[in-house]
Amino acid sequence: MTRKLRNVWEALMGAAIRLSGVASVVFVVLIMAFLFRDALPVLRGSTLGELLAGREWRPTSAEPRFGFLPLILGSLLVTGVAIALAVPMGVGCAVFIAEVVPKWVRELTKPAVELLAAIPSVVFGFIGLTVLGPWIKSVAGAASSHIAGPEWLKTALDMPTPLAAITGSVVLAFMALPTIVTIAEDALTAVPRSYRDASLAMGATRWQTIRAVTVPAARSGILASVMLGIGRTIGETMTVLMVTGNSPVIPGLANGLFRPVRTMTATIAAEMGETAFRTPHYYALFMLGLCLLLITFAVNTAADLVMNRSKHVERR
Amino acid sequence: MPRSAWIAFASLTSLCVALVAVGCGKPATTEGSTPSEPAKGGAATAAASPSTEKASIQAKGSDTLLQVAQALAEAYKKVEPNVDVAVTGGGSGTGFKAILDGTADIADASRKINNAETASAKERGLDLVENLVGYDGIAVIVNKDNPVEKLAIDELGAIFTAETTDWAVFGGKGKVVLLSRDTSSGTHEYFKEHVLNKGDSKGPRDFAASAIMEPSNDQIRTQVAATAGAIGYIGLGYVDDSVKIVPVVGKDDKPVAASVAAVKDGTYPISRPLFMYTNRDASPAVAKYIDWIKGPDGQKIVGDQGFVPL
Repeated sequence: MTRKLRNVWEALMGAAIRLSGVASVVFVVLIMAFLFRDALPVLRGSTLGELLAGREWRPTSAEPRFGFLPLILGSLLVTGVAIALAVPMGVGCAVFIAEVVPKWVRELTKPAVELLAAIPSVVFGFIGLTVLGPWIKSVAGAASSHIAGPEWLKTALDMPTPLAAITGSVVLAFMALPTIVTIAEDALTAVPRSYRDASLAMGATRWQTIRAVTVPAARSGILASVMLGIGRTIGETMTVLMVTGNSPVIPGLANGLFRPVRTMTATIAAEMGETAFRTPHYYALFMLGLCLLLITFAVNTAADLVMNRSKHVERR
Repeated sequence: MPRSAWIAFASLTSLCVALVAVGCGKPATTEGSTPSEPAKGGAATAAASPSTEKASIQAKGSDTLLQVAQALAEAYKKVEPNVDVAVTGGGSGTGFKAILDGTADIADASRKINNAETASAKERGLDLVENLVGYDGIAVIVNKDNPVEKLAIDELGAIFTAETTDWAVFGGKGKVVLLSRDTSSGTHEYFKEHVLNKGDSKGPRDFAASAIMEPSNDQIRTQVAATAGAIGYIGLGYVDDSVKIVPVVGKDDKPVAASVAAVKDGTYPISRPLFMYTNRDASPAVAKYIDWIKGPDGQKIVGDQGFVPL
């Protein structure tokens, strides 16, 4: 290749790469712009307070009411419990893979966990609907009749239907697991050998080393993995649409977990198809989508910041 | 290195050229619109419609009509092998939206078009034709273990708005678990208007927030069959013996169970007409299909599926 041609080629490649980089930023900006454009008109009909704190979601009533509160609380409940279930399992699994097992086992278990991430969400939903939901209902029902506890707990556990927040949470925990395990495991492996060696040299056992040295050192990365797990879970649509029952109630303090709820994602998925263009319902759904985007965005940004901080710490 | 770069560059360029050519090329002579090209009101290419013209028709909308629409589409393929009818569900509301947006030729609907949709059609210059294709009863179903014998329209209203939450009032036991279709469903709208609000389309009553919203008739039936205190409503064509039909008290205070005969002679109080809306400017293939549905062959299939023919 002549020098001139090579220079042209270099310039072309440079431009193409620069274009790709800029394009991704442009796409995100455009998406947010379109969301804002189609979400803000809802404020002509309702105030932001009415939307965010409204307790009733009745978009097709004679007097439509667009209260996001039941939907936001539904999403938070399902996500919160899912993460509470997934984090101990996920971090434990990550510690196991990174610290405990020999290399050859690691080569087997890591792909197995990543396979979990490859399962489509609708398959998870289907399993939740046909297998997991009825099982959870029967276990809760059995617990309700056999344990000795306060009356409210017994009533709560007596699930009238398998479609409930807990079913959604359990399925979502499995879906968040690969994300948490992969990133936490990377964080743990990134802890310098010198930390472990120093701890063991001072006489600590392997478990003491893991508990007091390695895991705290990887703290930021583990936290980042949890936040990314949250981001994935709160945005999950198909699964929650199938298994949570989709009733827009504010989850009760005592029994909300074992009763149907409705998430923001399921609402948008279920209702967008039939909403006519540019009606208040349409704008309200876009505003709901915007809320969801902002929440996910905040969680992902926090995860990014935390991960960057962990990188700086290692440089010492 | 330079040679492979040239090959890569050349193949990338030819790929781009090919994609542009495909995208800008003339569409094949299909009548009716495809989802990627939302033509206004169905691309009416001037075909003289003998059966040798290839055509594709997109029907979208009511989940109640889904099974019968699919059965009709399959049967029509034998009559007109060159016409492809694709059927999707999503609820009557989705069907209306699709025909207004130009992404469907036929909107299957288990309710009449409402004012907002009519206004929207007018705005877009579309003239929608309402084709009556059959009648349907909405069956009220409960779990097989539920001892309830009959329910009046008022009682149904009280149950579905959660004014009554316990089966004890009706001789059963346990809490009521409400199952409903979601808001895109024509069945949902019809039930709300005619049972909850007794015919007043602007009535204030709505389903209780605690009602579990399911996207299809099948799902409601499955859940009612599996849950002891459940009650739901589905199209008559979806009832099978996994659930129990509750007779509804009709005009002369007599409880009538939902059945094709009861809908036909008007004694079942919750029956409604089923429609397929089309565009007046739609292609002749669409009009021919609708005429076939209204004719004896189509109506036989409507009857076979558990609905009431015209």
